[in-house]
Amino acid sequence: MKTFPSLRCAAGALAVVLISVVPAARAVTPAEQLAGYVAQAGAPPAPARGQQLFTSTHGREWSCSSCHGAVPTQTGKHASTGKPIGALAPAFNAERFVDAAKAEKWFRRNCNDVIGRECSPAEKADMLAWLMTLKP
Amino acid sequence: MPIQFSRRWRHIALGLAAAALAHGTQADDGTRAARVPLLPQYQQECAACHVAYPPGMLPAASWQRLIDNLPRHFGTDASLDAATVKNLSTWLAAHAGNGMRAREAPTEDRITRSAWFIREHDEVRAATWKLPAVKSAANCVACHTRADQGAFNEHDIRVPR
Repeated sequence: MKTFPSLRCAAGALAVVLISVVPAARAVTPAEQLAGYVAQAGAPPAPARGQQLFTSTHGREWSCSSCHGAVPTQTGKHASTGKPIGALAPAFNAERFVDAAKAEKWFRRNCNDVIGRECSPAEKADMLAWLMTLKP
Repeated sequence: MPIQFSRRWRHIALGLAAAALAHGTQADDGTRAARVPLLPQYQQECAACHVAYPPGMLPAASWQRLIDNLPRHFGTDASLDAATVKNLSTWLAAHAGNGMRAREAPTEDRITRSAWFIREHDEVRAATWKLPAVKSAANCVACHTRADQGAFNEHDIRVPR
């Protein structure tokens, strides 16, 4: 009988560990995310090329900067709804590029809106490498 | 000793309570759509770009078309993975508008094209809609200060100048 409370504690602790570890398993650092894109691209990233891609329009109405700002180190504004968008550069916003699925979702959507197609791993590597050069 | 109600009295009491609740909701939130606690996933996904529009503001048919067309969502790609789409679709269908206001699908499934929306906003001056702080009729929070919480009470309205 005496072992029951401690067993329960252990089970509880295990559950807490599992709950906190399972989502964390998908968490990444911006550097790890960049390394992933570079590996897929098979070539080193070029931050200057990333900046060019980010700030230019590509035959459509918007550039990335339309919502994120030309230098995305502060809060941007959605170009059609006006809703604030938190800073994109990871050094200015700890929530950026720490969830691989989230980054992929937004690259897919936003490259489609800005360029009319998904971005290649090399393009994502270039842009993220540029964003990571932005420091306070 | 608990008071014993007959089954009939219990029904009447429940009916009155429900009517009082329904009336309270109508009087309070100004939309006459029941205020539904927002599904966290709906908040997370949909409120990333715009205010989390209360599900009661559109009929189920409109929500269904919107959710089926997320890759072409009013000019932007708002695509989501299949599992998320399914969850949101189920929740929106369950909480879609079914009263007077959301009986018919508005033009382009835009809340702002609904007859009730136009009627409710007929006192808003044309110049107000054009203010930079307002920008779009879809920007509820410009005037409805608690719109992000699904609250459209008249007391929370602050029209920018």
